[in-house]
Amino acid sequence: MAHKLTRRRFLEVAGTIAGSFALAGCSPKNQDPNSIYVGVMGPYTGDVAQYGLAVRSGILLYLKEFNKNSGAGGRQIVSIVEDEKGDSTEAILVYNKLLDENVCAILGDVTSTPTIALAQKSVLDNIPCVTASATAEDVVAHGNNMFRATVTDPFQGVVLAEFAKKQGYQRVGTIFNSGGDYEIGVNNAFVQRARELGIEVVSQQGYPTGAVDFNAQLTSIIGLDPDAILAPNYYQDNGKIVTQARQLGCKKPFMGADGWAGIIGGEQDYASAADLEGCFYCSAFVASNPDEKVQHFVKAYTEEYGEAPTNFCSLGYDAAMILCSALKTVEKRGYTYNSNEYRQAIIDAIASGVVEGVTGTLSYQGTGDPVKSTLIITFKDGKESIYDTINPS
Amino acid sequence: MTKMYPRDNNHNPVIVTGFGGKDGHRRELTMPARYAINAILVALFVFGGNFLVGEGLISRYQTVVFEQIGVYVLMTVSLNIVTGYLGQLPLGHAGFMSIGGYACAIFIIRMMPLFGLDAQSMASGSTPAVILFVVGLLFGGICAALMGVVIGIPALRLRGDYLAIITLGFAEIIRVVLVNIDSALGFKLTGGASGLTGIPAYTGYLNTAIVASLAIFAIHTLMKSRHGRAILAIRDNEIAAEASGVNTTYYKTLAFVFSAFLAGIAGGLYAGCIGVMAPAKFGFMKSVEILVMVVLGGMGSMFGSVVSATVLTVLPEALRAFADYRMVAYAIVLILVMIFRPEGLFGSYDFSLSRIIKRVMNRDFPWNNDDSDEQTDVQVNAKAGVQANEQADTQVEATTDSKEA
Amino acid sequence: MFLTQVLNGLQLGSIYALVALGYTMVYGIILLLNFAHGDIIMFGSYVAWIALVQLGLNPAIAVLLAIFGCVVLGVLIDKVAYAPLREAPRLSILITAIGVSYLLENGVQLLLGADAKVVPSIIDLGTVQVFGSTLSGTALLTVAVTIVATVVLTLLVQKTRLGKAMRAVSEDMGAARLMGVNVNSTISFTFAVGSALAGIAAILYSMAYQQVSPTMGVMLGTKAFVAAVLGGIGSIPGAVIGGLIVGFSEVFVAAFGLSVWQDAVVFLLLILVLVVKPTGLLGRPVTEKV
Repeated sequence: MAHKLTRRRFLEVAGTIAGSFALAGCSPKNQDPNSIYVGVMGPYTGDVAQYGLAVRSGILLYLKEFNKNSGAGGRQIVSIVEDEKGDSTEAILVYNKLLDENVCAILGDVTSTPTIALAQKSVLDNIPCVTASATAEDVVAHGNNMFRATVTDPFQGVVLAEFAKKQGYQRVGTIFNSGGDYEIGVNNAFVQRARELGIEVVSQQGYPTGAVDFNAQLTSIIGLDPDAILAPNYYQDNGKIVTQARQLGCKKPFMGADGWAGIIGGEQDYASAADLEGCFYCSAFVASNPDEKVQHFVKAYTEEYGEAPTNFCSLGYDAAMILCSALKTVEKRGYTYNSNEYRQAIIDAIASGVVEGVTGTLSYQGTGDPVKSTLIITFKDGKESIYDTINPS
Repeated sequence: MTKMYPRDNNHNPVIVTGFGGKDGHRRELTMPARYAINAILVALFVFGGNFLVGEGLISRYQTVVFEQIGVYVLMTVSLNIVTGYLGQLPLGHAGFMSIGGYACAIFIIRMMPLFGLDAQSMASGSTPAVILFVVGLLFGGICAALMGVVIGIPALRLRGDYLAIITLGFAEIIRVVLVNIDSALGFKLTGGASGLTGIPAYTGYLNTAIVASLAIFAIHTLMKSRHGRAILAIRDNEIAAEASGVNTTYYKTLAFVFSAFLAGIAGGLYAGCIGVMAPAKFGFMKSVEILVMVVLGGMGSMFGSVVSATVLTVLPEALRAFADYRMVAYAIVLILVMIFRPEGLFGSYDFSLSRIIKRVMNRDFPWNNDDSDEQTDVQVNAKAGVQANEQADTQVEATTDSKEA
Repeated sequence: MFLTQVLNGLQLGSIYALVALGYTMVYGIILLLNFAHGDIIMFGSYVAWIALVQLGLNPAIAVLLAIFGCVVLGVLIDKVAYAPLREAPRLSILITAIGVSYLLENGVQLLLGADAKVVPSIIDLGTVQVFGSTLSGTALLTVAVTIVATVVLTLLVQKTRLGKAMRAVSEDMGAARLMGVNVNSTISFTFAVGSALAGIAAILYSMAYQQVSPTMGVMLGTKAFVAAVLGGIGSIPGAVIGGLIVGFSEVFVAAFGLSVWQDAVVFLLLILVLVVKPTGLLGRPVTEKV
């Protein structure tokens, strides 16, 4: 075989790549006085791309609407969007890239572990960050600059345990992804609260990430005859779990957290209407919510993208809303763009603000965790509907 | 006969290539001079780079990319010891990286109070911070090396693909243990599936560059020593090596453990650079990624490892504009390179600065050598050897040139 | 309940066995760990999904299309990516296989999206009650198909001319060529058979687990690969035994409530077997020539 590719030629190519990379980093900073630069980061390729893309659609929709309404004090928000593949390493690279591009705030990240990596770095620069969907408790523990639009894993676990008590369940089994921090977080909080409330947790079955066969775990749980089964996983796994459980002859209701959103109503249904009948999950958003704000959002989103929004889209939309309303407040004060006072003012404005979002009325009470209401959603004839609303106490 | 061969101060044969000088004798660089030149250049790279970072001439983003390059260079050259020099195929290198990273990060987090440091001052470069960094990194490396002994002894009894699969198995077990150890122990050690967080940012351009340079130097000296020759002998023919009195089990384990040690150090640097360790990132695919870097660079070529680790780390960043297509492009590049360069980009060629300087000293430029541009180095050497022979010089050693670092 | 768990193990083990057979056949003939094999199954499942959902075809046609698609893809991969490297170092082919695997995963993700697709049930077999245990019809069908496939494959390898050629090439490629065996077409045929098995596995997988995603082949492939090595790679009964061992150990670890350690147990088993018997349970010992 002729070796067309010589070392010399390869070195030339490598040199070109390295050179273009070096030049790209040296491009002048963004300094248009009529613009406010905001970084948007998330996984747009890779294993968790579907969540990143949904959040991004929501964020960009809100930014578009906000800019149309004359932006923040006449300045337009310019978004700089970067992919991080769901990887902490790339998240850190992207964070530094965004800082080089003179952003004053970041909307991100999407999944928990990269968001924690982001939180640890961004606190050193005091860059305000709003994550739409990172639920791990640890996310906001690293500094005052980190906020989120969603509620935490433990919060959802507690809500579900209290709901189970209200429903009169005596015995509950759980099946969860033991390789995912979200699933473990919800499961552990649920189990702890359920035991406090006197509910017997008959069996906790973990499964490794990527598992597709849940028959063994389900057979064990079903053999103990619980009143309900908690499956606090993402919708794709939950679809398989519910279907396999029904094939094994189990007719008990399943409960879950907001990872269930999207199990039906999207491009395809991950479990049949009959199998899902009578299952419950908690979430802040459902497209069938008759609330006026929600319906306005659903309409605008569908016009923009040609499909119905999911829970992640609504959280992205609200995260952008939280940041933009703070920017609007800060712009009135006349600080130099992206100075330390400017960044601190954004953080203070978010912390003291109240936002009427599509996932409820959000406010922060001294932490980066929002105080807002939660919906319990149920399935009936293949449709999702609100079963109960749990307001913050 | 020995008189005919040029020898250096240590009575080792000096490698000879290309034309002789005017009088038929090549001008040589002495060993200390070679080391001095290399040391100066490395120092220039390390401290010059650090100066540019400090002055802000290299942006923050580029600095992090450089740190990542350092980590992956370290991973690749360490895997190259086992794959390129020892001729075995382990698929569990990411396991050692995770062990080293977790051990180093946990050690540093737990020891910081003893040294009177906090997360901020750990990155400051003060004396206690540097001491803790060095000790932590060594601790990570040693933990990985111990794991290398545990895995290496059973694994190295196997050959070829069985060795690959058993190391893969060990690495997957490490990953599962890192996820589940907390619930088994009953207290928080690794942070489970959500990962270890709050790792201080102790990794910077300067210490990454220094550690990577030291590691490359250590591998270089190992491979130049008789231990290195024993390792190469095992690669070339294990049975013949054993028959010649090489303790194959010892040297195989030595190479494996040394490789694990360096991977552990790389893991420690990685942890400090990112600040978060998540077990899911150290699965089978990470090991494969490193293996790809080694094979792409050319097995047994340290220069190839360094270049391919650099290129494959920068490539996805340089391709950001094509975000959605970048993994597809990566796969196609991989297949094409393997079809057109099955021995890797650099084969077993290794870069040697002193060789270039010697060429310049002897006015032996490529353009004197008509079309050598389009040929691989092995061919050039063979040709050079023939020409050397015509000048009644030696040709035997010319072909060994490619083995020289 | 015990009977149900046994059937769960048999079902999972059967799917692993079918995939492991594909690994074993390719390894037996060209000593290549075909990393792309799991992704061929992914491709087959997507073909079934496109045929059933996008084109609305008859399930029987969809099944045939999926198997045919796998065969074409398998042979194509061999011709394009592996055949040019027959004389190259083995590691280079391994890296090429990894490249093909990346390409298939990312290509499908780019074209059809990252989200899992739901494959509608091909035939609904309901459940059967035996001694008070509920057994799923799909599981019983999976086991039956695997038995038939293994028997047909064994007959093919042992009794036909092509099988003889395959065994000859696997024994000594050079000698087989000298004896007049067409080595290239024999290798292509091996890839075709291995991929057909992958196609069958793809259908059974889709029936059992309903969802297909671009990365579904990775875990399935790795587990089946472990199964093939456990049984002794290159051996047909070894692959089946290995598959069943992996399937049963996963199910029983889960049944004991230790499912978080499922993967660790499988790999530990592999390590123990390899330490005691370095070429797997039924593998031939390799004697090294000097």
